[in-house]
Amino acid sequence: MITTDVLAPVVATVREIQQETQDTFTLTLETPEPFNFKPGQFNMLYIPGAGEAAVSISGDVTQPHELIHTIREVGNVTRGLVALKPGDQLGVRGPFGRPWPMDVVDGRDVLVIAGGIGLAPLRPAVLALSAKRAEIGRLTVIYGARSPEDMLYAREFLGWKDAFVARATVDTASPSWRGNMGVVTKLISPVDFDPTRVIAMICGPEIMMRFAIRSLSALGVEDDRIFLSMERNMKCAAGICGHCQYGNYFVCKDGPVFDYDQVRKLFGVKEV
Amino acid sequence: MMKHELHEILRQHDFFKDLPEDDLLVISGCAKMVMIKAGEVLAREGSDANNFYVVRMGKLRIEQQAPAMKPQPIQTIGCGDVAGWSWLFPPYRWSFDVIALEDSRLICLDGACLRGKCENNHSLGYRVVKKFADVLRQRLHAASLQAMDVYAPRED
Ligand SMILES: Cc1cc2nc3c(=O)[nH]c(=O)nc-3n(C[C@H](O)[C@H](O)[C@H](O)COP(=O)(O)OP(=O)(O)OC[C@H]3O[C@@H](n4cnc5c(N)ncnc54)[C@H](O)[C@@H]3O)c2cc1C
Ligand code: FES
Repeated sequence: MITTDVLAPVVATVREIQQETQDTFTLTLETPEPFNFKPGQFNMLYIPGAGEAAVSISGDVTQPHELIHTIREVGNVTRGLVALKPGDQLGVRGPFGRPWPMDVVDGRDVLVIAGGIGLAPLRPAVLALSAKRAEIGRLTVIYGARSPEDMLYAREFLGWKDAFVARATVDTASPSWRGNMGVVTKLISPVDFDPTRVIAMICGPEIMMRFAIRSLSALGVEDDRIFLSMERNMKCAAGICGHCQYGNYFVCKDGPVFDYDQVRKLFGVKEV
Repeated sequence: MMKHELHEILRQHDFFKDLPEDDLLVISGCAKMVMIKAGEVLAREGSDANNFYVVRMGKLRIEQQAPAMKPQPIQTIGCGDVAGWSWLFPPYRWSFDVIALEDSRLICLDGACLRGKCENNHSLGYRVVKKFADVLRQRLHAASLQAMDVYAPRED
């Protein structure tokens, strides 16, 4: 049953805004009550006069007193969101959606593959996986970005490199860049995980996810151990309006995280 | 380095590991180990492509020169990757620059030697060309994805 709660926003206050890249910002919000969520879930953020947009929660599940969203400025609502100043208020509805499969990772290697802004919905999963490293197998994070200047959480990523396998690559760079350059799939190596048991979590542009799935399948990773976060336009975010329909699924309710076995037939098909 | 050691290294390397023993024996006859220091140039666009290289350790960058521009980095390569396919195609000249970003250990294969062996043994030649076709296929995929600029904001 759907309660009216999910349709009524709570008022959140901006505590901090941090510029990540030229067009992407991280907002830290305070809510009247601690905001509990699971890695991979999203909120609907509402700016009066501009509208509402679905934005993943990018914070740490163990820190419910700070609600963190990383937002790329692409249109009306996101422009309004990144223009907020500390002390400003906005509406928040959520958390919504099916999270990353944190309940199946114990004892298994985990491979996280992110592209561009796709690292934002994966950050809570990486933090949670990092915190429970003793209970899982090897943790590997692979990140592809447009350029070194477009990399999210750049400083934090350096810390990840010290704690587990974390590799980044970019599509373009100036000659002074000493890091990896090339497509993200080049960083997928069976040296880092056991393909017969690994759980893969992928988020990025659909074409990048398609190539990543192809590489994983070639290594023998089964479809039901590959998890993806999908994006579709949202309105109610509560499984009512059908705006986010994706084949037989509503992305807001049945996703945004799907296993590839569920969406294989839909994936890569234009306009489903 | 002894020939049997080279043979063993080739056998364990990603690029060669699924080739039959006989092929590896023949190929190791054209191979030697080389090291290159960070900042050194392995190959220059337009120069004779007498060799190709298989990376055992380290990181190198493939670059394209363009008049009146800084060199354009295209891709980095590392352990398991191959630098150079021009040894296979006349007029046997490098199409890119290759620069070491880190101190790197490579297997250098003499292109003329291997071409001769492939001409004499077409089964070997077919398997070697298939390996390089796969390298080219992967580079083509990578280049098209990079050119698509997939992380840029969408134009709906
Ligand atoms: C479950 C879910 C989670 C999301 N999480 C995040 C997140 O953490 N951070 C974030 O910044 N966005 C996220 N998004 C995307 C965000 O909801 C959309 O970008 C939204 O359309 C922005 O609204 P807008 O009014 O600013 O732009 P719109 O007016 O809707 O779009 C303006 C222009 O931007 C383009 N555009 C829209 N979405 C994207 C996109 N995702 N990537 C590139 N170009 C786009 C459109 O094609 C259009 O040309 C998420 C979406 C979903 C469904
Ligand atoms: S947005 Fe309304 S059903 Fe998903």
